[in-house]
Amino acid sequence: MKPVPLAYSARNLWTRKLTTALTAGGMALVVFVFAAVLMLEAGLRQALVATGQYDNVVVTRRAAGNEVQSGIERGQAAIIESQPEIAIGAGGVREVSKEAVVLIAQPKRSSGVPTNITVRGVGAQGLALRPQVRVLSGRMFRPDSTEVTVGRSIAERFDGVGLGERLRFGGREWTVVGVFDAGGSGFDSEIWGDGEQMMQSFRRQAFSSVIARLVGPAQFERLKARLEADPRMAVDVKRERVFYEEQSEMMASFIRILGLTLSVIFSIGAMIGAMITMYAAVSNRTGEIGALRALGFRRGSILASFLAEALALAVLGWVAGLGLAALMQLVRISTMNWQSFSELAFAFALTPAIVAQSFVFAVTMGLAGGVLPAVRAARLKIVDALRAA
Amino acid sequence: MNSLKLILRNALRHKLRTGLTVVGLIVAVLAFGLLQTVVDAWYAGANSAAPNRLVTRNAISLVFPMPLHYREKIRAVPGVRGVAPFNWFGGYYQDPKNFFAQFAVDPVPFLAMYPEYRIAEDELRAFLRDRKGAIIGRKLADRYGFKIGDTIPLQGTIYPGVWSFTVRAIYHGADAKTDDSQMLFHWEYLNETMKQRSPRRGDQVGVFMVQIAEPERSAEIGQAIDALFRNSLAETLTETEKAFQLGFVAMTEAIVVAIRIVSFVVIFVILAVMANTMAMTARERMPEYATLKALGFGPGYVARLVFGESLAIALGGAGLGVALTFPVAAWFGAELGQFFPVFEVSAGTVALQIACALGVGVAAALVPGRNAGRVRIVEGLRAIG
Repeated sequence: MKPVPLAYSARNLWTRKLTTALTAGGMALVVFVFAAVLMLEAGLRQALVATGQYDNVVVTRRAAGNEVQSGIERGQAAIIESQPEIAIGAGGVREVSKEAVVLIAQPKRSSGVPTNITVRGVGAQGLALRPQVRVLSGRMFRPDSTEVTVGRSIAERFDGVGLGERLRFGGREWTVVGVFDAGGSGFDSEIWGDGEQMMQSFRRQAFSSVIARLVGPAQFERLKARLEADPRMAVDVKRERVFYEEQSEMMASFIRILGLTLSVIFSIGAMIGAMITMYAAVSNRTGEIGALRALGFRRGSILASFLAEALALAVLGWVAGLGLAALMQLVRISTMNWQSFSELAFAFALTPAIVAQSFVFAVTMGLAGGVLPAVRAARLKIVDALRAA
Repeated sequence: MNSLKLILRNALRHKLRTGLTVVGLIVAVLAFGLLQTVVDAWYAGANSAAPNRLVTRNAISLVFPMPLHYREKIRAVPGVRGVAPFNWFGGYYQDPKNFFAQFAVDPVPFLAMYPEYRIAEDELRAFLRDRKGAIIGRKLADRYGFKIGDTIPLQGTIYPGVWSFTVRAIYHGADAKTDDSQMLFHWEYLNETMKQRSPRRGDQVGVFMVQIAEPERSAEIGQAIDALFRNSLAETLTETEKAFQLGFVAMTEAIVVAIRIVSFVVIFVILAVMANTMAMTARERMPEYATLKALGFGPGYVARLVFGESLAIALGGAGLGVALTFPVAAWFGAELGQFFPVFEVSAGTVALQIACALGVGVAAALVPGRNAGRVRIVEGLRAIG
């Protein structure tokens, strides 16, 4: 079976430039929405997964769900610290950070509206436990002082958190001495200071969470089983990575469900566009189809030729839509994470999987829109088609 | 009259193409309407806020409590009619997925300032008598099949342990704007239990709901309340209920903006489809337009024919789309009641749907209409589709 030359399909698209552009443009917008949603979800996951280290554990009060709601008494924290599974670092100190996590409301620069920011009082080992954190400008806060260091996203988006400025919360003034970068992770949206100082100013007796590094990842199950069974504790023990993944679950599934529902609904519109275009192409070219058949091309070849044309439209739409979506990588979104009730900034992330998924999505739209018209073209009778011209 | 007939005949000439375009329009108008309704649902809390209610909270942020004795001080501020302690409980029923809003409130002053929560007299009395009793909204009762007398065990997240409540009353919202998917229970029960379990967390109030006599004095009264506690361990921030609710919306502003943008993207998708339909239609009919002109009809008449056809298709799609929005929104609201307690299609949304469809109809006909009006008789008669 001899195929109809692809050039025939391509030149047909070229001849009707306006129609081609409008149809592919509609598809491009749908591909854009589809890809942008997946990129947003991927960006959110990347930010929160990057927040957690694989061999760190987070201990919070049972069923607290996040650090702000949790409370670990000093006695409980001491028990956690003494567990044999926890690594001992340089100088014989256990690699444990007892942290106080609270929220403060600070006006956002763009809108002036007070928004919740996570303030984390970290222990002496807190920085060693997060190797992804590095200072961008200024320096880290000094232990046992009322100094704070702010994450990059906070420094960019909030007022009153510049180098040397003073923040007032907990009945004290805190001097901003530096800005840190945590590699796009959730820590970028936090303010860090000394744990014990925070405990005192917020008059807390209980820490929010205890973070510890394990001797090896394999020790996790044993530690978890022992601590969670301990009647003095009533805690949840989680790998840090899993803990932060769970923090993103509600937001990620909201974005995914809403976004995919929309993509599917929008794609109906784009498929109809493709269908209208292809039906018109078939009816305009009835005579040509008859001529092609008379020249010896089979029905299958005609079908393939029109499907190829629909696919070409879809691929055009895919390229344009994905190109637009790729530009979204320059945008950072900042919003409140419902689960932690605090500000979180993350970027659109384009992954190879999204490139492939959006291609499949576009091609499916093209095929679904093109198949009925192509079948009609293939089923035309030679004589009728030639007479129609 | 004749030209109207001509427009309708023209519109129905390519039944398949017109039908597909109308289906596309229906989908777009429907999606647009639903997205606008989602945005409205975001603002539901702010829209149901009453001007005579203020919210006093800890100035640092909502997660910090205030001591209970603030209640008496706030009550003494001139212009304040009632004060009710109000704590977010944040528990879940059986599984973290089964989440709904629960508040510990001081029921007498609270219900006095929320007349939109309608409760039968005898149920209310039963609730007030039972310290472990709870009032639940009608929608919440429907979702889990709770009935009066049922026990609801909740796993606390902020307040540790398992708490059980007995349903004593079911409230109905006064109108569609009222959130009837909440649960209310006695603040005293929460407080007494916390005092036993961890004494340091007793007598701590999340926010005070403050009822005032004259709404126009809200700013002044708010400032008077905050002045009482300046330089104390727990400074306060008092704002109207509406400002308080809008604060929540503002924190998730990025999502609202994204939904708004996406809702207009669908309009552009359908604009591309519709413009394509009209361009193809006009191209095929050039000989007819040329004939009309040869018969003496002016370019304006020909252009009006194209516009008329485009508008007829757009309005047809919009009408069906709007009609479908209501049942689909009702279904959507029932499925997603957990996220959107209030999900109502507003008159503004319907107006926007129709306006967008009209816009699409006009925009789609711009280029084809101009071309048809300008066609030169000789060329038009010579053209072959």
